[in-house]
Amino acid sequence: MAKVTIDGQTIEVADGTTILQAARMIGPEVAPPTMCYYSKLKTSGGYCRTCLVEVSKGSEKDPRPMPKLVASCRTTIMDGMEVKNMTSDKVIDARKGVVEFLLLNHPLDCPVCDQAGECQLQDLGYEHGSAKTRTDFKRRTFDKIDIGNKIQLHMTRCILCYRCVKTAEQITDGRVHGVLNRGDASEISTYIEQAIDNDFSGNVIDVCPVGALTDKTFRFKSRVWFTKPVDAHRDCDKCSGKTVVWYKGEDVLRVTGRKDQWGEVEEFICNTCRFDKKKTSDWTIEGPRAISHQSVISANHYTKMVKPRELTLNNIKTIALTEGENK
Amino acid sequence: MSKKILLEHIGVPGIETLAVYREKGGYSSVEKALKTMTPDAIVEEVKKSGLRGRGGAGFPTGMKWSFLAKPEGVARYLVCNADESEPGTFKDRYLMEKIPHALIEGMITSSFALGANTSYIYVRGEYFYIIKILEKAIADAYAAGWLGKNILGTGYDLDLYVQAGAGAYICGEETALLESLEGKRGNPRIKPPFPAIAGLYGCPTVVNNVETIAAVVPIVNNGGDWYAGIGIGRSTGTKLISASGHINKPGVYEIEMGITVEDFIYSDEYCGGIKNGKKLKAVVAGGSSVPILPAEMILTTANGEKRLMSYESLADGGFASGTMLGSGGFIVMDETTSIVQNLHTFARFYHHESCGQCSPCREGTGWMEKILHKILDGHGTLEDVDLLWEIQRKIEGNTICPLGDAAAWPVASAIRHFRHEFEDYVKNAAAIKNVKHYHNMHNLATA
Repeated sequence: MAKVTIDGQTIEVADGTTILQAARMIGPEVAPPTMCYYSKLKTSGGYCRTCLVEVSKGSEKDPRPMPKLVASCRTTIMDGMEVKNMTSDKVIDARKGVVEFLLLNHPLDCPVCDQAGECQLQDLGYEHGSAKTRTDFKRRTFDKIDIGNKIQLHMTRCILCYRCVKTAEQITDGRVHGVLNRGDASEISTYIEQAIDNDFSGNVIDVCPVGALTDKTFRFKSRVWFTKPVDAHRDCDKCSGKTVVWYKGEDVLRVTGRKDQWGEVEEFICNTCRFDKKKTSDWTIEGPRAISHQSVISANHYTKMVKPRELTLNNIKTIALTEGENK
Repeated sequence: MSKKILLEHIGVPGIETLAVYREKGGYSSVEKALKTMTPDAIVEEVKKSGLRGRGGAGFPTGMKWSFLAKPEGVARYLVCNADESEPGTFKDRYLMEKIPHALIEGMITSSFALGANTSYIYVRGEYFYIIKILEKAIADAYAAGWLGKNILGTGYDLDLYVQAGAGAYICGEETALLESLEGKRGNPRIKPPFPAIAGLYGCPTVVNNVETIAAVVPIVNNGGDWYAGIGIGRSTGTKLISASGHINKPGVYEIEMGITVEDFIYSDEYCGGIKNGKKLKAVVAGGSSVPILPAEMILTTANGEKRLMSYESLADGGFASGTMLGSGGFIVMDETTSIVQNLHTFARFYHHESCGQCSPCREGTGWMEKILHKILDGHGTLEDVDLLWEIQRKIEGNTICPLGDAAAWPVASAIRHFRHEFEDYVKNAAAIKNVKHYHNMHNLATA
């Protein structure tokens, strides 16, 4: 066990835990944002640099601070380590820079992008970015590519987080897509279009933090905040069958994995559940999906609305003022 | 006074052949090491010598070697980094081309010290003719019994392979090199773990520069104390410097660390002064990634002392008034050089060579190049110069590997020391119909 203090809050965690995992255990108020790290995927993280934090004390044994900001998703904690996230000006400054870099070549086509409303880059830009752009250069663009007949790759929106590559590597057999070229010309590609044919390939849509990989059965059908998510399950011989089914009126528009509070799916689901089961009769409905009240998806259907407490006579405590107490 | 250790026999005809190399005392370090020394004793000598990595970072070699994990039953590897791609650096090429056996001998001795039975030399793809030279040298060494099974009857086995890169600067970064060597995309790994714990194929690995490995030979032959006596302070021994730019005698020079920079530039033994009697304007002292320094700062330190060719002296004053010895790519610029144009060339290089893994470097290098291009085109504004400064500040230190720093430092130093030149470009924006015209106006060389 090791003790770590993040933004003044101390927690004891098992050895080998990363700073990010420890921060998530404490709570969302100290957890650094992530764009490439995905707890369900091995060796993910380290690329986007949004989770950079300052280590102001290395450990109990060696209290020297670390010279550079470190990627919290790939740095394991040491006993007695002290970490600054939102309390460090250096971190806030660097993160602002990272957001700017990520948005540099990202098209601002949110009004026509299917991911809008559940996009991690939107959230990141809103929370940590600047309101104004400082660049007036042409953005890099790519042609759209079909990855299999159900998945659309819109490389122009990609921020190269490598999550889809790791997904394909780790949960499907025989990865056929990867990264071509280098630098800001690098692109996720199959090299041969239409090459992906795999029962679990659809999960790359769920892991994509932006709108680069989208579900062709859902494209342009609806904005996500007009749909209502419900938890549902079915007997599936390939996966657990536990999904979220997104309704618009009576119609099932799409099926996705269940995402937790960090935007990561709890379990990967198969392509049959995702693409082919688009009828209510296919599913056993469990109930409405709890969505954070801060999410645009929950507009008009909050699940955790707290009623303002009414003042009753019993709640009013008498305050005794004795002379001299106020001094 | 010049002191030649690595290049002692450079002029000898036929020194590239095994026979002549052997005649001049070659492979004696292998005999000495394998027959009379233990691996630990060799590591100890290297530690004593104070030898520091010659690839650019200057990390003490002996210490790096002692970090190597030695778990039972797991192979260990020595990898020679011959992916010399830093603009302005060409010392390893010279050494491998002229005296290939110096590297082979160093590889055998070092591999023995580290307990490696398989070693690799990773050569950049553009050096295709050097790959042929090395392969010939290795074949000769095998035939003479210096490589292979049971070397010199001591029971030590070593196989040495040459691997060609495919022309990516990033593969000079040690973990990217290992990825490439394993046959994968040459992306730097996220550290830790360091190669000394999990390197090539997950096994403990040491990656050393060509010059570092070649320097192990004289250290084993003459002892660490002897080597530590050469040079100055913690910069022991000799260093190969690739001198280029506006000098009378460009080329590779072996210097004893501690000679003055002024001597190096102006003495006839080395660079022989500035070409055509022009004045010195600036120097990039250690390959394109280290900060550029104006003439007065490269010749004297901030506290008025003469600057020396050593790790410490060149770094004196931090980045405010100092630079780094780096890989020893010494680029000299005379008064006709446009710093902005030179910086654009560097920025274009780093943009082209960024691997694209982490966002600050992938996006930032391209952005900086575009802004510099805009300034050169006569469309720049004063805000662009400030923006450039901001961008480099946000790249530096925030990337996975040092390529981000390497891209940021030249920009930072050029703005720090030559801001007036950027402003001049911006202020004359309207007058610049083309760069050539502007350069003629300002008496700058037209590249």
